Amino acid sequence: MSLGGPAPAEPEPAVSEDDEKSSTWTGAARRWLLRRLPPDKLLPDDQPSYVASWIYVFGMATIAALVFILISGLVLSLNGPQWYHVSELGHFVNSVHLWGVELFFMFMVVHLWGKFWMAAWRGGRTLTWITGVLSFLVSIVTAFTGYLLQTNFDAQWIAFEAKDALNATGIGAWFNVANLGQIFMWHITLLPLAVAAVVALHVVLVRMHGVVPPLDAADSDSQLTSTDAAPSESNGERS
Amino acid sequence: MSTTGPDMSGRTRDDLVSRPWRGAKRHYDLFKELTIGILVVGLLTLGLSALLSSPDDTTVTLRQWSRSAPADFIATATAELGGTSDSAQYGPPYNSTPDATQTLGPIDLQSLSGVRIPIDTANDFVIEPLKTLPVPPAAIRVWTAASDAQRTAWTTDYTAALAAAPDNDPSRVKKGAYGPVPALTHALLLMAGNGALDNVIQAPGQFYNMDYTRGILFLGDGAYFPGLAQAQHLTGDQWGVMNETGNYPGQSWLWLFSFWYQIEPFSSAPNADLLVVFVMLVLSVALMLVPFIPGVRSLPKWIPLHRLIWRDYYRKK
Repeated sequence: MSLGGPAPAEPEPAVSEDDEKSSTWTGAARRWLLRRLPPDKLLPDDQPSYVASWIYVFGMATIAALVFILISGLVLSLNGPQWYHVSELGHFVNSVHLWGVELFFMFMVVHLWGKFWMAAWRGGRTLTWITGVLSFLVSIVTAFTGYLLQTNFDAQWIAFEAKDALNATGIGAWFNVANLGQIFMWHITLLPLAVAAVVALHVVLVRMHGVVPPLDAADSDSQLTSTDAAPSESNGERS
Repeated sequence: MSTTGPDMSGRTRDDLVSRPWRGAKRHYDLFKELTIGILVVGLLTLGLSALLSSPDDTTVTLRQWSRSAPADFIATATAELGGTSDSAQYGPPYNSTPDATQTLGPIDLQSLSGVRIPIDTANDFVIEPLKTLPVPPAAIRVWTAASDAQRTAWTTDYTAALAAAPDNDPSRVKKGAYGPVPALTHALLLMAGNGALDNVIQAPGQFYNMDYTRGILFLGDGAYFPGLAQAQHLTGDQWGVMNETGNYPGQSWLWLFSFWYQIEPFSSAPNADLLVVFVMLVLSVALMLVPFIPGVRSLPKWIPLHRLIWRDYYRKK
């Protein structure tokens, strides 16, 4: 620091050096995050050679279906739960919401079975598997509340029928399927947030750990030893 | 961990499964694939929506019930007055009927909440709605002044008389000492037929209402509403809530949940709901914990579908 009088400003230290030295919680968190999930791991432009099957499409397809569910759901909720009964456009948006959900589950189940037969939890990917199953379960509850929100005959019957399982477990006293106000809040706020959060965590974990290698892969495989299989910087360890 | 094959657990080790991949790579564009995915799935979703639309069968109302099946309506209203309907004897969270809860050994979760959504069927479904009429029936006073034993005698006798009448037709019931019950149930039938009961039953005297518990329970106590559901293949013994009105796939992902209700010992168990929820809970947790379950986690090794998925890799191995 200069002692009075204008002095030429000292050059700011480089951010990266500061990063290494910073003892703040924020700096430590940033270093941890960048080490676990460097940008080229988060947004990769290459994949291991074994990622070459149609089965790998279904995870992405599930997310694509979710996008349409969220958009159509937003339009439906902005217009209120009764709108689609009286509007042709509303009915179409409702159909998009329904078929989005049907496709979402279809893709998700294929994805789940695919990952099971690949034993995709291997090599420290347990949490990826668990968050995947969790997103399946939370999605089921979310879809169920959507069926209750249809404000039509189907919704009336599902509310009547489903109350028994919920009451038998004591949940029905707080999660009342016949209380439209409650169900509306669950379906358009809490549960979509839960699905989005679990799916986001799942995707981040997939990026963090990478796609699981084949069951019978060994260090002696030609794809690990041949000259065109040089270690790539992008997937190398960083510290 | 097996010494003869790949480690099927989820643990991290210093091996090629746990390490970042150091072998051959292929070109991949995350954003391009996402964009193509959204386009293709979008076309599929919009195409299915345009082609197949979605079901939207209109709600069943108390007005419709009272006009289409007046005898069933009167019989149900009598059961609500006499406290013999399913709702009246449900137990928590609606009321405190003794021994009505589903239990599993000493586990009685249904009782934990207590009566959190109180429903007194005689008052909430019949008497209070009738009081909102411009000229409430005089029978209300007679009912209110009577003892519990007297009320029970009236409703029991009227229930038996309705059951014995040709076509259960209330107008052909034998004369008897039914007190104010016929007048009350007929007044409720008229009120429902005029469409006045539908809003009043949910929340008497309220402008706003977002809670349909009472209306749904009252409908469900009759035979008309379940009959409509049966015709739409929606009842519990028809795989229940996983179905949808019309020819639509519904919540097919609930198939395993519905499945248990179709087989013994669940289908005839008085605590079927609790048993099924318990089984599904165990199975859901098990699915989540597959990486920790020896045997199950090794299935992919024993049934090598992975050979198909990774056939290119194995061919060049």
